[in-house]
Amino acid sequence: MSAVLIAEQTLNGLQYGMMLFLMAAGLTLVFGVMGLINLAHGALYMVGAFACAAVAAASGSFWLGLGASLAAAAAMGALIEVAIIRRLYARDHLDQVLATFALILVLSETTRWVFGSFPLYLSLPEVLSGTVTLPGGVVYPAFRLAIITIGFAVAGGLFWLIGRTRVGIRIRAGEADREMVAALGVDIARLYTFVFALGAGLAGLAGALVGTIQSVQVGMGEPVLILAFVVIVIGGIGSVRGALVGALLVGMTDTLGKAMLPQALTLVLEPAAARGVGAAAASMLIYIVMAGVLVWRPRGLFGARA
Amino acid sequence: MRRISTAIAVATLLASGAAGADGLKVGMITTLSGGGAGLGIDARDGFMLALKMAGPAAAGIEVVIDDDQQKPDVAVQLADKMIQSDKVDVLTGIIWSNLAMAVVPAAVAQDKFYLSLNAGPSALAGANCHPNYFNVAWQNDNLHEAAGAHANAAGYGKTFILAPNYPAGTDALSGFKRFYTGALSGEVYTQLGQTDYAPEIAQIRSSGADSVFFFLPGGMGIAFVKQYAESGVGIPLIGPAFSFSQDILGAVGAAALGVKNTAQWSKDLDNAANQAFVAGFQAEYGRLPSLYASQGFDTANLILSAMAKAEVTDQDAFRTALRAADFASTRGAFRFNTNHHPIQDIYVREVVEENGVITNRIVGVALTDRGDAYAEQCKM
Repeated sequence: MSAVLIAEQTLNGLQYGMMLFLMAAGLTLVFGVMGLINLAHGALYMVGAFACAAVAAASGSFWLGLGASLAAAAAMGALIEVAIIRRLYARDHLDQVLATFALILVLSETTRWVFGSFPLYLSLPEVLSGTVTLPGGVVYPAFRLAIITIGFAVAGGLFWLIGRTRVGIRIRAGEADREMVAALGVDIARLYTFVFALGAGLAGLAGALVGTIQSVQVGMGEPVLILAFVVIVIGGIGSVRGALVGALLVGMTDTLGKAMLPQALTLVLEPAAARGVGAAAASMLIYIVMAGVLVWRPRGLFGARA
Repeated sequence: MRRISTAIAVATLLASGAAGADGLKVGMITTLSGGGAGLGIDARDGFMLALKMAGPAAAGIEVVIDDDQQKPDVAVQLADKMIQSDKVDVLTGIIWSNLAMAVVPAAVAQDKFYLSLNAGPSALAGANCHPNYFNVAWQNDNLHEAAGAHANAAGYGKTFILAPNYPAGTDALSGFKRFYTGALSGEVYTQLGQTDYAPEIAQIRSSGADSVFFFLPGGMGIAFVKQYAESGVGIPLIGPAFSFSQDILGAVGAAALGVKNTAQWSKDLDNAANQAFVAGFQAEYGRLPSLYASQGFDTANLILSAMAKAEVTDQDAFRTALRAADFASTRGAFRFNTNHHPIQDIYVREVVEENGVITNRIVGVALTDRGDAYAEQCKM
């Protein structure tokens, strides 16, 4: 395996990790701050992708579509929080899982009803459609580099928001002691709506970015949701830093595993068997990593102390 | 195990007195929600269109339709329900091979007919074939075999091949290799449902291949073709029609233009049945039909042709009538092989733009009168 190929696969892992981070950041915020398991996070990702595709098709501008994906998913998030989720904070996790699972079905079928059952067209903006030759001769798609950049920018923005702003202080305080924060005169209900809408907006943005290079279709959010849960469990539930590290770990493990395991196995098995076993083993790899992390640190890499 | 066999015994008892005179009840289990819904909806719409176009001839047919959500366990439950409480005579509709493997053997063992309008796993075509199982679409390997033949004809000698790791995926690659005579510059199995193909595309880039054969149905194919175009690799793609059928071409867009793909059907096939079908489909649903729709349409017409000759309660006569395949197929010449799978021509299509719509057009024939590789192992 050549150095160029290894460099390209590493970039692929980084890009995949960043995509997972955008998804997991919102999920982990909502869980950490509000104690809510939001299965509908994947559906909000889908809402973002459909909003982007619809607006981009109508206006001809990908960037308007990208803005629309953030706005539509955040608005949908705020609406869901006020109308439904707000009633669930005091309930146990099973009720939350049931209600948010119902939301997946409602949002999916509503989307199908509005947009039809066939995948939508969403293509790259002209500026980002080519490839870029990086130092060392690695040819890499410009749009994937953009996803990596956006991922780092969002991570930076979130760290700033949570660590350096007044809203961030309230979010952290609300995470630690909800009643006390409310007693100090903070409108906790509004704060929760904001956090939920923020998480939803990030999911929507991820949906639009990913939809651009994959396919915009009903049900696109659920496979990613499972990976996002793996990421936040590895990173430690509630920790944005954990989500970033966890996402990069999962992205790298999955990509490099898929690229290298089948080849590595040809050393010990015959090629046909190595391909089958390698492909199967590579798909298990991230779960093995998750199990390993949980044995070592049961609350995840950056999980809150018990 | 005992509960299952009791259930089967009860079902057979109930079934024996079920179907009334002149009537026939069809149970359609297909994918109507989730990412694979486009395929099931097209197949269903094609099927229902045939019944509508048949007019009074279809009066005796009752169709029960339900959504399998692309999940084998749901499909099995639906089949049980349709056989036991709806008392259907004929089952059809399943799109995915893994679902077909879960449903078909049990259904035919309960003396129901199963007419496959899409999935054709090799396991049901060879030694485990069944007199009550008919495949109206193709054996899974067929379109891939044609792609292999096309790769030879196009002069490719270093093809990189990839498919998802599930029964139809392994069938696809073995089908391609059966006819392809060049060397393979890489062979990769991806995960079913995978949507990011950057690692595989990086491998293709470094492999030195002169062409890429891939089988990735539904959303997987959309993602792959878009990412492949974006990567700038630029080696010619070949694939079965599933990756370039009408239901996904709109989402793939211009990235697919010029790609050669193999199919047993195309909307520009020149025969009366096909012209009526394409025009009828557009008038009824306002979109171009995909090959899944044509397969649904042909399946319904096969049932109608058998109904005109025999009562479904007389299983032997009905089976003989089905085997005759005495209907006007949208594919032109169509007949059943000894294992109840089609013998038909398989064409090479090219993705083109026609009046602003991206679609396919036939550019050649890949295989003539092709049966399948498993028919000899089938003893019935």
